Amino acid sequence: MSSRLQNILVPVIAVLLGVLVGTIIMIITGYDAVAGFIALWQGAFGDSYFFGETIRQITPYILAGLAVAFAFRTGLFNIGVEGQLIVGWLAAVWVGVAFELPKIIHLPLAVLAAAAAGALWAFIPGFLKAKYRVHEVIVTIMLNYTALHITNYIIRTVLSEKSDRTESIAESASLRSPFFESLTDYSRMHWGILIAIICVIIMWFILEKTTRGFELKAVGFNQHASDYAGMNVKRNIILSMVISGAFAGLAGAMEGLGTFGYAAVKGGFTGVGFDGIAVALLGANSPIGIVLAAILFGSLKVGALNMPLQAGVPNELVDIIIALIVFFVAASYMIRLIIKRFGKKGEK
Amino acid sequence: MDYVIEMLNIRKEFPGIVANNNITLQLKKGEIHALLGENGAGKSTLMNVLFGLYQPEKGEIKVNGKKVNITNPNIANDLGIGMVHQHFMLIDKFTVTENIILGKEITSRGKIDMKKAESEVREISQRYGLAVDPQAKVADISVGMQQRVEILKTLYRGAEILIFDEPTAVLTPQEINELIQIMKTLIKEGKSIILITHKLKEIMEVCDRVTVIRKGEGIGTVDVKDTNPNELASLMVGREITFKTEKSEAEPKENVLEINQLTVKDSRGIQAVNQLDLTIRQGEIVGIAGVDGNGQSELIEAITGLRKTDSGSIKLNGKEISHLPSRKVTESGVGHIPQDRHKHGLVLDFTIGENIVLQTYYQKPYSKFGVMNNKEIYVKANSLINEFDVRTPDEFTLARSLSGGNQQKAIIGREVDRNPDLLIAAQPTRGLDVGAIEFIHRRLIDQRDQGKAVLLLSFELDEIMNVSDRIAVIYEGKIIAIVNPKETTEQELGLLMAGSTEKKAGGVN
Repeated sequence: MSSRLQNILVPVIAVLLGVLVGTIIMIITGYDAVAGFIALWQGAFGDSYFFGETIRQITPYILAGLAVAFAFRTGLFNIGVEGQLIVGWLAAVWVGVAFELPKIIHLPLAVLAAAAAGALWAFIPGFLKAKYRVHEVIVTIMLNYTALHITNYIIRTVLSEKSDRTESIAESASLRSPFFESLTDYSRMHWGILIAIICVIIMWFILEKTTRGFELKAVGFNQHASDYAGMNVKRNIILSMVISGAFAGLAGAMEGLGTFGYAAVKGGFTGVGFDGIAVALLGANSPIGIVLAAILFGSLKVGALNMPLQAGVPNELVDIIIALIVFFVAASYMIRLIIKRFGKKGEK
Repeated sequence: MDYVIEMLNIRKEFPGIVANNNITLQLKKGEIHALLGENGAGKSTLMNVLFGLYQPEKGEIKVNGKKVNITNPNIANDLGIGMVHQHFMLIDKFTVTENIILGKEITSRGKIDMKKAESEVREISQRYGLAVDPQAKVADISVGMQQRVEILKTLYRGAEILIFDEPTAVLTPQEINELIQIMKTLIKEGKSIILITHKLKEIMEVCDRVTVIRKGEGIGTVDVKDTNPNELASLMVGREITFKTEKSEAEPKENVLEINQLTVKDSRGIQAVNQLDLTIRQGEIVGIAGVDGNGQSELIEAITGLRKTDSGSIKLNGKEISHLPSRKVTESGVGHIPQDRHKHGLVLDFTIGENIVLQTYYQKPYSKFGVMNNKEIYVKANSLINEFDVRTPDEFTLARSLSGGNQQKAIIGREVDRNPDLLIAAQPTRGLDVGAIEFIHRRLIDQRDQGKAVLLLSFELDEIMNVSDRIAVIYEGKIIAIVNPKETTEQELGLLMAGSTEKKAGGVN
């Protein structure tokens, strides 16, 4: 069996196993599994409103997945996507409320501010790694908390007067799309999905087509050989984190400029950044894989909201299924072994 | 005879090669017995047999006259055999005492009695003159002291017979003197020592007898007082006629590489290259002969811009390159076949094609305006695969899945194809089969014949003698002699490599 086919089969089997074990759990705990899954499906794709909401949820998932995958493909583990997303969200909203500009300038400016803020937030661990060999996992985890509390502070004291949220952004900075809204029965679907798809293409182009991507990958695989070949290892480590952070910042812009139109004080993490790790893992760090994984996780998340209403199944069950899928992907060695067995039997 | 250890007619095979054949080593009580041989001659294999890591196919081992069957290192320990490894087996974050007692802890009611352990360590260290601080963390003490901890570990376990595996390789000259004193003290206290080495000077200084092995064969055992470094060198390298690579007379022209008074520090901050002078001309191959660890790696890293120089100059075609980053050095006409092809030479998870353009990917035609041109890359890769006979399914195969010889051919193709004025080949044939070796030698000579300068670093004397037009002998970071391979012998080279220059007329020191 070709390794390419295996790479596709592993996530598919992981998803099926996740759903299977989820079903067993539903049955054991006395819920109607069939009704549960019907509710899940209808909650994600059952009518145009749900469909629009699903797309809305997929959008930041794609970008967060790209952020994790880009760093991973270049040898780094960016756990800080959540924090970079939060600062990107705030930066976008800040630009959105602080200026009055024509839309053609204001919206791109707000989007770029988010990317820049995420990039800057990721620069810190990149710099520390390149210069002082501080492990990026530690620094990015800490910076997630730092981002959460600093943005909360700024929202309370700078962007509002002791309020829990900022003003809403100016219309000229908004990603909201009356067109998509009218198509989808006034869901919150916005233009951001186009930005996400453009970023998928950008990631593919950088990694597969540019000399920069060649260097980034080389440094990720083998720093010694990259050094020998005359590449600047430190600069490439920093750049990898910065690009990853920019994607994460854009994911924040999707929430700030599209879904909500403001930034609110958060009691905890959004979770999107962490789900990005699962998206990248299930998508095998490839651009297309990330789109597919984001579609799956996005529809599960949105569809889950319909489960308690329609089938009386708690929506936490979807979190269990997502966790199981991640588990089975992480345990892909086991799945590969099973595929091999079956492959051999097929040959006989 | 009063032998503590007898290894009689030992034979050990690995798939495809005989690592030890008919080797006999007899260790008398209270002597320092050297085990001498070149890199890869089979010394480590023999000691691993004694230590129970390998089982011999033939032969027997006797300890104190009794035949024994050593099937694992614990049995060796129980028989009083201790090994001082070349690469220390210590836990950095533990103290000296904790490392020494590891696995043999003194406990009372489940708790380690550290006080008692420390006093025992102190007692042993005083008895044998092994100065250590029992409470110091291993990470904080010098390499010499770490080695003393290794020795203490074996003594603490009651070793009567100590095997030292190339103990001086990692030490400074002063630390070597201290170690020699320690070994003499150990002998006085009734221990017996096997010293694995290829340094003749050390053998002459401390050993009583020496057993020589060459290419896995036991050559014999001689008394040190009846021999001299000359004889030992010839025993070690052998006199048999070796396969000569055919080549015409060199026609050297202009200077390509001129190194003057070059000083370079190694990663530990110790001077590895020390006021070194070397010149290489167009159309000649200069071989660097020397025992590993005499500054060869640092010299090459300095030339190629991978390591900072301390002082002195490196000129390529008259232009100073010692301050340039490695990319600029490469661009100014230096090709480099690195010593460690997996670490430096290749990105194993890249395809052959991507590895072929590892240094040139940013240049036309492989990329334009920062965008890669995969078609050109793989066309080039394909042509090099054919020209250099790289056996691979295709140019899109990952470098990881190729055999060592084919990986090396791909590297050589890449470096030669850039048409450098100076080609540096560091151990280009290490671990390769005979066919690949011949091919690579041929390619180096071709480069020379096209008027290029070639610098060859090798630990194989055969290779140095066969391929070089001039041989520069490096010892302790200096070129101590330049010899003509036609006029020298392997014995003479062996002597020079061990730092002895007295006999050689014209040796520059």
